[in-house]
Amino acid sequence: MISATDAAMNRRHFLIAAGLASGGFLVGCADSARQQLSDASLSLDDGQIALNGWVKVGPDGRVTVAMAHSEMGQGVHTGLLMLVIEELDCGWDNIGFENAPIDRLYGNVAGMAEGVPFRADDDGLLARSARWTMRHVAQQLGLMMTGGSSSVRDLWPVLREAAAVTRETLIEAVASAKSLAPGALTLEAGRFLVDGKPVMSLGKAVQLLGASPTPATRWTLREPSDFRYIGKPMPRKGASTRLDGTAQFGIDIRRPGMLYAAIRFCPVRAAAVHSFEGGKAAAAPGVRGVIAVPPLGGGTGGVAVVADRYWQARKALALIELESEDAPMAAFSSAAAKARLAQALDGEDGFTFWHKGDPDTEFEQSARQLTAEYSVPWLAHTTLEPMNCTVEYHGDRASVWAPTQVPGMTRAVAAEALGLEPEQVELSVTLLGGGFGRRAEVDFVAQAATIARQFPGRPVQLLWSREDDVQHDFYRPACVSRFTAGLDDKGRIAAWRNTSASQSIVPDFLARTFGMPGMGPDKTTSEGAFDQAYAFPHARVAHVTVDLPVPVGFWRAVGHSHQSFFVESFVDECAHAAGRDPLAYRLELLADHPRERAVLELAAARAGWPQARGAGRALGLALHESFGTLVAQVAEVSLAEGGRIRVHRVVCAVDCGIPVNPNLIAQQMESAVVYGLSAALDGRIDIENGRVQQGNFDDYPMLSLAECPEIETHLVQSTAPPGGIGEPGLPPVAPAVANAVFALTGTRLRALPLTLSA
Amino acid sequence: MDKITLDINGREQAFELEPDQPLLWLLRDELELTGTKFGCGKGLCGACTVQVDGQPARACVTPAAGLAGRQITTIEGAQGRVVEAVKAAWLHLDVAQCGYCQPGQIMAASALLARVPRPSDEEIDQALSANLCRCGTYPRIRAAVHFAAESLATQTTL
Repeated sequence: MISATDAAMNRRHFLIAAGLASGGFLVGCADSARQQLSDASLSLDDGQIALNGWVKVGPDGRVTVAMAHSEMGQGVHTGLLMLVIEELDCGWDNIGFENAPIDRLYGNVAGMAEGVPFRADDDGLLARSARWTMRHVAQQLGLMMTGGSSSVRDLWPVLREAAAVTRETLIEAVASAKSLAPGALTLEAGRFLVDGKPVMSLGKAVQLLGASPTPATRWTLREPSDFRYIGKPMPRKGASTRLDGTAQFGIDIRRPGMLYAAIRFCPVRAAAVHSFEGGKAAAAPGVRGVIAVPPLGGGTGGVAVVADRYWQARKALALIELESEDAPMAAFSSAAAKARLAQALDGEDGFTFWHKGDPDTEFEQSARQLTAEYSVPWLAHTTLEPMNCTVEYHGDRASVWAPTQVPGMTRAVAAEALGLEPEQVELSVTLLGGGFGRRAEVDFVAQAATIARQFPGRPVQLLWSREDDVQHDFYRPACVSRFTAGLDDKGRIAAWRNTSASQSIVPDFLARTFGMPGMGPDKTTSEGAFDQAYAFPHARVAHVTVDLPVPVGFWRAVGHSHQSFFVESFVDECAHAAGRDPLAYRLELLADHPRERAVLELAAARAGWPQARGAGRALGLALHESFGTLVAQVAEVSLAEGGRIRVHRVVCAVDCGIPVNPNLIAQQMESAVVYGLSAALDGRIDIENGRVQQGNFDDYPMLSLAECPEIETHLVQSTAPPGGIGEPGLPPVAPAVANAVFALTGTRLRALPLTLSA
Repeated sequence: MDKITLDINGREQAFELEPDQPLLWLLRDELELTGTKFGCGKGLCGACTVQVDGQPARACVTPAAGLAGRQITTIEGAQGRVVEAVKAAWLHLDVAQCGYCQPGQIMAASALLARVPRPSDEEIDQALSANLCRCGTYPRIRAAVHFAAESLATQTTL
């Protein structure tokens, strides 16, 4: 049993450790946005000006934004440009971006700040100081990272202020040149106007400023009611390049004299090469070298073949004889793991993330008692673009091209493998053919750099096969979760007790990327379980961390991805046990939560709750809050031949605060629903004696067009600051489908993937 | 190694080819036509879809040496009113997300529309279900195929 004091101590330990992880000191910082504005480090073309590290304007009136975030389909390039143009209206065709340099300035503060293990409604001293500390640790650390649905949240004040300062500085210059009052001037579509009449172009105004302009000291941000771009369905920047083959992903980098590398991994995940015979491979056509690669960055060891052409390298892999070292994974099979996780729940109370009232007494005294056990398997990410990285090493410097979510770490890892300082490595972040958290890892970067170091002067591109990708991933942890609920005589939840057991991602991640020892508690283990809005009068939500040898990582929506399945299914069980409508039951639990109620009611209304659209079909619903955004979904299902679950329609209602781009929001709902359905209906990774059993899209399938439901997205209007959008659509889909299956068949499915036994 | 002449995007070129070398790597590495993507290597995902004599083909499992005398079209060389209508529909409905699978989707969709001018949902499902999209752009792909079909039909009647 962990007391409240122990819990507090654990949290303090975590925060201090996080501070140490930054390698710096915690110092008092000024307001975050201002601090980030002061530190310009951009290189400028002739005549360009930059008043901060975020926005450049040229004498041609073109605005260039320093892009600190990676585009992996979520539309971040477009979304972030919209924040800038809202305050610096150069015209949509005149705004673009270039990759930000690697600098602490561009570190993601919002993404890290979310890591504190407190409920949103916890306003206690400990929670507040933890949030404050985490923000400042994040600023000191300056970790450039795209993930956690945090990009817009992170830069919402920063980019708008950076753009507004730039605009006001230019307005002052124009006002002075034209003897006008600054307040009389506005900027629209690249022209400064007075009373709607143009007085000067943006480009001309830039030319007034000279080489080292002084930033304006006063500016105001546009009120939401005056937004001209934010809230509009602006088209994606660069959309046409995705259609004609010109978009450049990591795999598309081509350099003069480039060599290609393929890798034969040890079959057991994370194992090292003991010995190998590479003579035959070395003699194969086009082969330039055969190189052992140690397990790096948490990856698996293997032997790489480097050849003139990728096909030659790939083919020569079969000629290698490889013997692995003994690895901890070799004795591990996933079949026994579910029992092992359940066993941990028998023996341990775990770390309590949320404790309210006296759940044990209330449970004992309740009129009716429910218990259930749920589980999910490990999952792979399977970005459609397999892992790859291109490295050109010149002895005292190197160039790296990588599709990565973590540019700073990528550069550091490449530099280390090449024996260089980070500053000697120039990194180009390419487009990402999917990310989903897989590209927050740097194993493939370290491998590519290790290989390229053997070929000075020659660019080398390492490309994994699909089988490499499925079998050498950092998997979404398997998890088992137990619930006990006590219902009162009216069927209301009087006591809610929930403990889950799984591996913990964050300590593993810190160990493999920063060489830091593990530390707890890891919020991602219980997020989605302890932090939802339901007003249970007595509750305890805890998690038991179980050490298993499977490498685990951040998968889309992380802990929310499975905790939502558990929580929203069990709430549904309680509703049915009470003989209540699942919608009405939830609304009653959310009496003091108008935003949650609004999304539920909107989704239900648009879906025609509770009536499905045809015979043999039923509806199920789920609500989940993650990454600052609320999503309710209603799924309509039927059963196809052989009991296969067919999802016909998913209606989504979203409250993500101010909607920056409704079109991108709808796309991310569609994306998350499809990604979540692939996992809910088919996704599972099995491991036998350390070897992942799946390998390609035939045995690790993803949803196809034929099985894709209609997906509708409806927005709740809001003036709250924006929430995240890349992940929040995923968590509710599995429970919405499972709840619909129960409504249709009376069978409660408590394990993913969802299968009805014939 | 055989010397074989291939017609790729309307241009004839001679290559020394091993009999089992897939077209995909010839396109990507030899010719630097990188719009044709690698996704699975087993003909399961459709990211490498090209057209051979107008029919969709999986470049990752199609030996290049067997394509002498055939017309090979990649996303870079795809042209004409059908593919233009498909691209316009894709832009109009904001289909692409990460974009990695989209060249393959467009090659498959334009082959379908060339064959079936007004496809039903079932025909679209059948023609495009082996083109996987991890971003989940399927609902928009389906709508965009219909939109392209409609715009082509309207052009015809004008």
